[in-house]
Amino acid sequence: MNGDDHRLQLDPRVTLLDALREELGLTGAKKGCDHGQCGACTVLVDGRRELSCLILAASAEGREITTIEGLAAAEGVLHPMQQAFIDQDAFQCGYCTPGQIVSAVSCVQEGHAGSDAEIREYMSGNLCRCAAYPKIVAAIRQARPQMERG
Amino acid sequence: MRPFTYERAADLGAALAAGTVPEAARQHIRPEVQYLAGGTTLLDLMKIDVMHPERVLDIRPDAAAQPVIRSEEGGLWLSAVASMAQAAEHPAVRRDYPVLAQALQQAASAQLRNMATLGGNVLQRTRCHYFRDTAFPCNKRQPGSGCSAIGGVTRLLAVLGVSEHCIASYPGDFAQALIALDAEVEVLAPEGPRRFPFSQLHRLPGDTPEIETTLRPGELITGFHVPTLPWARRSLYLKVRDRESYAFALASAAVALDLRDGVVHEARIGLGGVAAAPWRAHEAEMVLQGQELTEACAGQAAEAAFAGAVAHDDNAFKPELGRRTLVRALMQAAAMEP
Repeated sequence: MNGDDHRLQLDPRVTLLDALREELGLTGAKKGCDHGQCGACTVLVDGRRELSCLILAASAEGREITTIEGLAAAEGVLHPMQQAFIDQDAFQCGYCTPGQIVSAVSCVQEGHAGSDAEIREYMSGNLCRCAAYPKIVAAIRQARPQMERG
Repeated sequence: MRPFTYERAADLGAALAAGTVPEAARQHIRPEVQYLAGGTTLLDLMKIDVMHPERVLDIRPDAAAQPVIRSEEGGLWLSAVASMAQAAEHPAVRRDYPVLAQALQQAASAQLRNMATLGGNVLQRTRCHYFRDTAFPCNKRQPGSGCSAIGGVTRLLAVLGVSEHCIASYPGDFAQALIALDAEVEVLAPEGPRRFPFSQLHRLPGDTPEIETTLRPGELITGFHVPTLPWARRSLYLKVRDRESYAFALASAAVALDLRDGVVHEARIGLGGVAAAPWRAHEAEMVLQGQELTEACAGQAAEAAFAGAVAHDDNAFKPELGRRTLVRALMQAAAMEP
């Protein structure tokens, strides 16, 4: 989990999202719909973006999980995508934002941030009820060259 | 969620041994054991109490195991545990079967495509509101209780292959491409593996809408064989929906054309969003065969495809939307330069 190992004893019904939030105190990933429809719970599983509300914690055993809390460098420097969301004012209420940012990092890494249209298509799994979409697209456009430079 | 036991299967053989239970009455309705791979349908339906297995057998391969998509004799092999994203991005799939890649890419969201497996994808359950809401009678969920969809909200529901007992639509996209390409499905059964046409996997509702496939309890899909079809490079998937991305089809068409000097030598057509099961439009294919592909001819094929449509209130728009979707898909495929 964000580079650390955790041993948990859990009811089989506990989802990865609930384990993160209730057992490990990582409340960045949000419970929006809890049915895989909104993207607020997006985390990276072995480097790929997935929905933690539809993964049993038990089946995440042995997997490498990265949450929004694990994106920034150890010395507290924000990930370029986090900085871009601030610079572009890419949120209003902020509830969907951790999921948006984690998903956006993947969107760039997958090579699907080539144009605004492609960004919109490949970010369609993250809903924003404040409708900050134009600025989310702008943030991804800002972060992409920085991420590619590494 | 109701309590269940969770087990991880060492391999598919072990899963089959653990998952095979005696065929009993109501087995298809309330299976005691469910396989878990991507989990995107199963956990969703367990949370809303539509599915409530007593045992969940996790067959998701570990991260080290590379799901296989490879050439094999006579075609392409797609492992059932490959993710939708892996298949959609695979170079051979994109090059040789655009309709497969597009059907996968236009389905769900990027996150769900990373999680969901091909085997689970073809077995996804209907999005009929009444199936998903346990407050309503539903013949598919509770046989004999009645169909709340008939006389209810039907915008997403089927007009082809329906019965007086169920009008739920099959929600998937990938299956329409598989059925159009004459794919085969391979299944691990207690007596060994067997392979059969994908078109024989799903059943129409009839008077037993609770039985959705020809799989017997415990049988496990291991993969799909897509036959070599050089002209399938002229193929595409057109999906019409209420929002531009991340929505189920109102109507969709998977088409592949063997077009020679403007004349249709062979056409393959799968229709989605409009039917009770993955749907092959043989009648429309026959109309096109040997004809010059004009818009008028495509229109005649579309008429044939929806000749047997049965609409219910809200979804009365569907035969016309389905026809127009098919005509556009055919004309776009004809214009491709593969």
